[in-house]
Amino acid sequence: MSETVDVSKGLPAHPERATLEGKNKFVGFWVFLSGEVTMFATFFGTYLGLRNGTAGGPEAADLFHMPLVFIMTMILLTSSLTSVIAITAMKKNQFKKMKLWMWITFFLGVAFLGFEIYEFVEYVHYGLGFSTSAFASSFYSLVGLHGAHVVFGLGWVLLLLIRYNRAGITLTNAPKFYMFSLYWHFIDVVWVFIFTVVYLMGIGGG
Amino acid sequence: MADHLSEPFEKSAMTNEEKVKTEREMRIQFIAFAFMIALTFLAFIAVGAEVAPPGFVISFIIFLAFIQLFLQLYYFMHLKDKDHGWANTFMVSGLVLSIPTIVALILIIGVVKY
Amino acid sequence: MVREAAHTLKKSLLWDLLTTVDHKKIAILYLIAGTLFFGKAGLMAILIRIQLMIPENTFVTGQTYNELLSMHGTIMLFLAATPLLFAFMNYFIPLQIGARDVAFPFLNALGFWFFFFGGILLSLSWFFGGAPDAGWTAYVPLSSRDYAGIGLDFYVLGLQISGFGTLISGINFIVTMITMRAPGMTLLRMPLFCWTSFITSMLIVFGFTPLAAGLALLMLDRMFDGQFFLAAAGGNAVIWPHIFWIFGHPEVYILVLPAFGMISEIIPVFSKKRLFGYTAMVFATIVIGFLGFMVWVHHMFTLNLGPITNSIFAILTMLIGVPTGIKIFNWLFTIWGGKLRFTTAMLCASSFVPTFVLGGVTGIMLAMSPVTHLYHDTYFVVAHFHYIILGGIVLGLLGATYYWYPKMFGHCLNETLGKWMFWIFYIGFHLTFFIQHILGLIGMPRRVNVYLADQGWDGMNLISSIGAFMQGVAIILLLINVIYSAKKRPNHPVDDPWDGRALEWATHTPVPEYNFAQVPQVRSLDPLFYEKIHGDGKMKPTEPLGDIHMPNGSFLPFMIALGSFIAGFGLIMKHMDAWINPYIVVVLGLLVMFGSMAVRSWKEDHGYHITKENVEAMEREALADERNR
Repeated sequence: MSETVDVSKGLPAHPERATLEGKNKFVGFWVFLSGEVTMFATFFGTYLGLRNGTAGGPEAADLFHMPLVFIMTMILLTSSLTSVIAITAMKKNQFKKMKLWMWITFFLGVAFLGFEIYEFVEYVHYGLGFSTSAFASSFYSLVGLHGAHVVFGLGWVLLLLIRYNRAGITLTNAPKFYMFSLYWHFIDVVWVFIFTVVYLMGIGGG
Repeated sequence: MADHLSEPFEKSAMTNEEKVKTEREMRIQFIAFAFMIALTFLAFIAVGAEVAPPGFVISFIIFLAFIQLFLQLYYFMHLKDKDHGWANTFMVSGLVLSIPTIVALILIIGVVKY
Repeated sequence: MVREAAHTLKKSLLWDLLTTVDHKKIAILYLIAGTLFFGKAGLMAILIRIQLMIPENTFVTGQTYNELLSMHGTIMLFLAATPLLFAFMNYFIPLQIGARDVAFPFLNALGFWFFFFGGILLSLSWFFGGAPDAGWTAYVPLSSRDYAGIGLDFYVLGLQISGFGTLISGINFIVTMITMRAPGMTLLRMPLFCWTSFITSMLIVFGFTPLAAGLALLMLDRMFDGQFFLAAAGGNAVIWPHIFWIFGHPEVYILVLPAFGMISEIIPVFSKKRLFGYTAMVFATIVIGFLGFMVWVHHMFTLNLGPITNSIFAILTMLIGVPTGIKIFNWLFTIWGGKLRFTTAMLCASSFVPTFVLGGVTGIMLAMSPVTHLYHDTYFVVAHFHYIILGGIVLGLLGATYYWYPKMFGHCLNETLGKWMFWIFYIGFHLTFFIQHILGLIGMPRRVNVYLADQGWDGMNLISSIGAFMQGVAIILLLINVIYSAKKRPNHPVDDPWDGRALEWATHTPVPEYNFAQVPQVRSLDPLFYEKIHGDGKMKPTEPLGDIHMPNGSFLPFMIALGSFIAGFGLIMKHMDAWINPYIVVVLGLLVMFGSMAVRSWKEDHGYHITKENVEAMEREALADERNR
C-alpha cells in the first residue's frame, strides 16, 4: 500500500498507528486479546467448577498466604504503570526514557515470575502435586497459563530491548513496543482476576 | 518514496496542545494507578478482616476486580480514546461471551457429590 | 504471459509455494490441501457405508470402524471444510473489498502452514498405533488416559496446532476487512460473502480459543495425569462436553455462514437481480453469530443437567430459526421474478435452499428437549447434521467452485459434466441421508459398526450406501471435469464470464499479483454492476498509476509451523517406545518455532516496490490479451 506518512515534522504523535502496518497490528492485536479473554474465561470456569474437588488433598485455605500474593500483585500492578510511562515517553520521542522504563518493567516481571516459581515449589513441598486432585490440576493450569504468558512477554520485551538498543524510536519499532505494553496490561488484568477469584476467594472461603 | 521506516527521529511532531494533553493524560493515569492500589488494599482487607459474611465479601471483591478491569482497559490501555471503536467492539464481545462460559462451568456441571 | 514481476519469476515453483505470502497463492494451497483431506475423509465415509451396507458385515473390525468414524468427522470439519472455505475467503475477500492483499500477508502464510502441519500430525496417527477412536467429540472419560490409545494424543496435538492456524487466519480476515477496504466500500456495501466471512472470523476468534483451552486440558490429562475429568480425584466429566460444545456449536456456524455468503453471491448474479433485503441479511448474520454462542447445551440435553437449563437452551435454539428463516426468504425473493440462468453454480445454490430448510426443520425437532431423548444417538441426528453440512456447506462449496473457478484458473469448468455431477450428487445425497431420518426414528443407533438382520433396517441401509457411492462418483466427475477443462481450455482467459456484480470481476484474469493497478472507487452496493448500468462498465480509479508496495516472501512461516509440528510429535513420543528422550524433541521443536519467530521480529522486512513502469507493462499486456479475445 502506498500510504505516506508525513515525517518532515518529526515523530508523529501516535507513532504506533502512523503507518498502515502499525494500524493493522493495532487492530489485530486487540482482536487477539479479545480471543484471549474467552480462552482465559474457559480456564477460570474450569477452576471455579473444580475448586472444591480436593479429593482429600490440601485445600485452598491451607495453602494460600496473603502476604505473598499481595506482594506479587503490587509488583505486577507497578510494572503495568511503568510500561504506561514508557509508552508515554515513546510518543514524545524520548527514547532513553522509554528504554529505562521498559527495562524496569522487565525486571519487575522477572521478580514476579521468581515469586510465582517460589510459590509453586512451596505448594509442591506441601503436598499439592499437579495430579493430586482436580483442584490442584485446575489451579496449576490456570495460574501456570498466566505464568507462561508472563514468560512469553518477558522474552518478547527482552528481544525488543536488545534489538533496538541503539535504534531510537522508529515507525517500525514503535508498534512493537506498543503491542507489548498492551499485552502486558492484559496480563495484569488477568492477574487481577486471579488474585481475586483464586487467592482471595480461596482464603475467604465461600 | 522516502519511507523513513527504520530511522529514528530528531524531534517529536507533537504540537504544544498535544503535549499538554499527554501531560494531563499521564496525571490521570497516575490517579488511576492510585485507585488500583487502593482497590487492591480494600480487597485484601475485606478478606483478611473476616468481619463480613463470605457471600458478601466475595461479591464485593469481584465487584472491585471489575472496577480494576475497567481502569486497566480504559485508562492504561486507552480504550476510551478515539479510533478504538473496533477494539471496544471485540473486547466487549469477548467479555460478554465469556459470561455464559463461566456461569455454565460453575453452575451446570451436573450433581456434584464431594 | 508475463503477468508477474521479474521478482517472483526467479523462484522455482516449489520454493515459490513454500515461501509465498500472496493471498491468491495461499488460497490455491488451501484449496489443494483441503481437497486432499476431503478426498481422504470421503473415502472413509465410503468405507463406513460399505461396512453398513449389509447386516452383520465383517468388512472392517469394530476398532477400525471407530477409527474411521472418528477420523471422518474430525477431518471433514477441521481439515476439509475449513480450509476449503478459507481458500475462497483468502482469494476473494481482498478482491471483493478492493484491497491489494490481506492485512498480514506473513500471518496468512503462517496460518496455512500451521493448519497443514496440524493436519499432517493428525494423519500420522495411522502409522503409529492407530487413529483416534473416540468420535470427533472425544468425550471423556472415553478419550482420557485410562481408556483411549495413542490416537487421541495425535487428535489433541494435531487439532491444537491446526486450530492455532485457523485462529491466526480468522484474526487476519477481520483486520483485512476493517482496515483494507477500498475508498467508498463502506461496511454496508461489502458483499455478503465478506460479511458472513467477517462474522465467521469473529466466531473463530471466540470459539477456537475455548477449544484451545479444552484441548490443553485434555492434553494435560493424557500426558501429565491432570485430574480434570475423573470423578475419583474430584474431577467432573461434564466439563469437557461443555468446553467442547462451547466451541463446537459456533463451529457449525463458522462453517455454514461462509456457505450462506457464497449462495448470496451466486443467486443474485444468476437471477440478474440485486440481493433481496441486503441489510436484513447482514443483520440476520450477526444475530446468528451471537445466538450461535448461546445454544451449545442442546448437544447435552441427555446429560441430565436439569429441566430449567434444558428449557432455556431449547428456546434459545429455536430462536436461531428466525434469522435463518429471514435468510431463506430473502434468497427465495431474490430468485422470484429474476431472469434465471441455471448454470451448475446456480443449480447448487438454488437446491441448497430447500435442502438446508430440511436440515433446519430437523434441527428444530432436535431442539425440543423433551423429545430429543427419542432421537438422541440415532441415525436421525446423523441425517440432520449431514443435511446441514453436505446440503449446506458442500453444496455451497460446489456452487462456489463452479462460480469462481474461472477467476482463479482462467477458464470455466465444463457445464455438461458439471450438470451430470450436480444431479448425481444431489440424488445420491438425498438417497443416503433422507432414508437415515427414518432409520433413526425406527431406532438404529449411530456409531455402531454392525446390526442384526430382519429389523427392517436392511433395505434402507443398502439404499443409503448406494447413495453414498453416487456421491463418490459425483466427486470423481468433478475431478475429471477439472482435468478435462484444463486440457480443453480456450486460448484466452475469461475476465467476467457470468456478468458479475462484485469487485472480483473487475480485475484481469489471471489476477495480477497486486490485484488492482489502481484502487477502485466504490459507488454502490454491487459496485461493478453499478458501473455497468450507470458508468462505462469499468471501475473508476482513486489514485494515479504509481509504484506498488508488495510484501516479501518468507520461508519463516514454514519453519515456525514445522517447529510446532516437531514439538507436538515430541510430546506424543512420551507414549511411544522411543530411542530418544521425548523432551529433547520437544525442546528442539520449540527452539525452531520460537527461534524463527525471533528471527522474524529481528529482521526488519519492509517489502519491495513494483515500479510504475512494470505495472504499466503488465497492464498493457493484460489489455492486449483482452483485445485479442
